[in-house]
Amino acid sequence: MINELLFMNGYAVYVLSAFSFTLISFLSLYLVTKMQFVREQNKFAAKFGSLTNEQANSAKSQRINKEILANVTNN
Amino acid sequence: MFKLFEPNKIFKITSKAPKYVLFLFIVVLSVGLVEALFISPEDYKQSDAVRIMYVHVPAAWISLGIFSSITLLSICGFVFRNKNFFLISKSLAPSGFVFNIIALVTGSIWGKPTWGTWWAWDARITSMLILAFFYAMYLIVWRIYDKEEKVYKISTFITIIGIINVPIIKYSVDWWNTLHQPASINILSKSSIHSSMLYPLLIMTAAFALFSLLIFLMKYNTELIKIKNKGLDRL
Repeated sequence: MINELLFMNGYAVYVLSAFSFTLISFLSLYLVTKMQFVREQNKFAAKFGSLTNEQANSAKSQRINKEILANVTNN
Repeated sequence: MFKLFEPNKIFKITSKAPKYVLFLFIVVLSVGLVEALFISPEDYKQSDAVRIMYVHVPAAWISLGIFSSITLLSICGFVFRNKNFFLISKSLAPSGFVFNIIALVTGSIWGKPTWGTWWAWDARITSMLILAFFYAMYLIVWRIYDKEEKVYKISTFITIIGIINVPIIKYSVDWWNTLHQPASINILSKSSIHSSMLYPLLIMTAAFALFSLLIFLMKYNTELIKIKNKGLDRL
């Protein structure tokens, strides 16, 4: 039964390679996008750490900056 | 109205949304894969090779949908002088391009058992290949130019020229004699596909749409942080 399902009347090699290609493309795109996101987030955290107190307070007045920093600590 | 969707205001949502979208995507994709690979019936002519449809068709639909959205958003960016539209377009493009490549490759794999060839210079396939070139040009423009205004102009120009290709892709199977079969699903008239194949197809389409939403959100957040990084440099 399982062999029959996996054999797919001789078309398994085509069907499974199409599905595998799709899933590998998904995984690659996800990983590349995630990597770019984490890299920018870390860059932001490093830059924020090098600011003077006055600059940091000014930057923190923007809600989005606080959100980014909060997410850096969560990841 | 656009102020409601300003990046500063929506970042709180867009930064938290990806994990929920990822969870939903995994659930829907798992159901879709079981349906597509095991539960849905084989075709009376194509046998099990028809299962390739469950990845090929949603990928093609979504790549066309994303390109149309990119064009519309780019035009809106110019009309309303709002950078956020360009940011959204730029964030949508990578998933659109990958879906286009998936449609081409899975179509080629499907072609071998059904047509006896991996590739044919058929109107539908060739026009999909041309769309991939437009996607590639759009993405390259964002990489090679630094000046924002220049990027906005050139990328919008590419999408406007590229959008002419979208109806050609859609109607190529009706306008020319092609190897590609005509559309089995019609919104305005009765579809010729049986519900036992239609439901898995719709589930897989939902999974693919969720994936493109996930990539869009991650990419959009990355672009926002890039902008904020430049802002910190100016302090």
